[in-house]
Amino acid sequence: MKILVPVKRVIDYNVKVRVKADGSGVETAGVKMSMNPFDEIAVEEAVRLKEKGAATEIVAVSIGVQQAQDTLRTAMAMGADRAILVLTEESPEPLAVAKILRALVEREQPGIVLLGKQAIDDDMNATGQMLAGLLDRPQGTFASKVEIEGESVRVTREIDGGLETVSLQLPAIITADLRLNEPRYASLPNIMKARKKPLETIAAGDLGVDVAPRLTVVKVAEPPARKAGVMVGSAAELVEKLRSEAKVI
Amino acid sequence: MTVLVLLDHEEGQIRQASRSAVQAAATLGTVHALVVGDEAAAGAAAKIAGVEKVLLATDPALAHELAEPVATLLVSLAGDYSHIVAAATATGKNILPRAAALLDVQPIPDVVEIVDADTFVRPIYAGNALATVRSSDGKKVLTVRAANFDPAPADGGTADVATLAPVASPATSQFIAVELSQSERPELDSARVVVSGGRGMQNAENFRLLEPLADRLGAAIGASRAAVDSGFVANELQVGQTGKIVAPELYVALGISGAIQHLAGMKDSKVIVAINKDPEAPIFQVADYGIVGDLFTVLPELESALG
Repeated sequence: MKILVPVKRVIDYNVKVRVKADGSGVETAGVKMSMNPFDEIAVEEAVRLKEKGAATEIVAVSIGVQQAQDTLRTAMAMGADRAILVLTEESPEPLAVAKILRALVEREQPGIVLLGKQAIDDDMNATGQMLAGLLDRPQGTFASKVEIEGESVRVTREIDGGLETVSLQLPAIITADLRLNEPRYASLPNIMKARKKPLETIAAGDLGVDVAPRLTVVKVAEPPARKAGVMVGSAAELVEKLRSEAKVI
Repeated sequence: MTVLVLLDHEEGQIRQASRSAVQAAATLGTVHALVVGDEAAAGAAAKIAGVEKVLLATDPALAHELAEPVATLLVSLAGDYSHIVAAATATGKNILPRAAALLDVQPIPDVVEIVDADTFVRPIYAGNALATVRSSDGKKVLTVRAANFDPAPADGGTADVATLAPVASPATSQFIAVELSQSERPELDSARVVVSGGRGMQNAENFRLLEPLADRLGAAIGASRAAVDSGFVANELQVGQTGKIVAPELYVALGISGAIQHLAGMKDSKVIVAINKDPEAPIFQVADYGIVGDLFTVLPELESALG
């Protein structure tokens, strides 16, 4: 079984993002970029499934600018066998991404598409669900456990207040949540090997997919800052202030 | 305009987060509520102030609110509505994007403010920026953050309940089991008070020291990602960008340094209290009241001061 793993290049999660002065977006020039952390978890899970013998090939896909090649090389250093870069000038919305991925799924015929549950830049949490809808395939979102059982896959999902287990007929779409695994660090020999693995580049236009955005960004702003608080000397003083000043207890 | 709101329910009741979604939807137009698989919950939905009509789907295939059949159902109903709304809960986030794709619509998740029928504000980059976006789609599909909208009152409505005919959907997914954490406490995402512990709690055993304080305050217990990653508590207690987004009246952070991703999950709380031994901890920059000290000393003092 083949597993397709889409990966996104985003601002590194340790970077404090800054809103541009003109309100058009956030500053990305000269900022450290990395693979979206949830996508790393997805790559790791795919590699583990291959190591267990449940998968035979892992294809990493990224949609974006030329530099997304770095993200794909990282995925291959972690264990993906080959990569596809779909070149676009801007970062398409989840609907467009799902349509591009549908075109690739039709070409590659993977048994599972394994994605991160959300990207930490636009925080949409939508692409996996949308791809599953477009393909009319079952979805196991927010996965904390994935077990292949013959022609189906059992997915344990993080839901509000606990866990839900579903069984999905293959082919299926799965999105990775935080607890699914801890991604490995790529070793130096594997980073070297990844450089020689095949990376195919496709222009988004060649897939015949409409990627026109549906959302216009009117503005991007800093969230309102909280006003500075006060330090209190003791628990008794705190309780007094919460009762008489803040009136929350 | 008429808006369809998919309601989350449990044990015959509508979850508070969904009542917030009703409140948000009411600013857009007349509200119709969709309840899937629970007749008692449909009765509760009919009483929510502002709900004009309740649609009840009783098809057994929908019993566990799996995304595949519920999204198909939403699409079959969508023609009558300008907006399809749900609370940004695990259920809403699972189902709505799928339905949106089937409708060829780009969904708008985690809305914190409705500017007008086409324009919405939502957080990006873990809440470090707020994007105002305008949708050109004919129909809008959105999830709303419960913390940013007051819940519609649970009583006051007198809506009719209409039972829907079953909709065919391929049974490619199957519910196996659900395992809910057993707790007498309020739900983390709707609690009036949240008491959270971080790495400073040191271990799982110490983390339980928060329970008497939470009991005294009627609070839900939360945790930072550091506490979850250290194995002190289960992931469902995690407050932050990669966990739950909360905005209680009172948020008490004990032994939490205040990483960016944690602040994104709680900085909209009305009053924030931080107790940390490090006076330089970033949590103090968002706290209304801070105590610098050893939490194992402050915690019992706090309990006795509360009486």
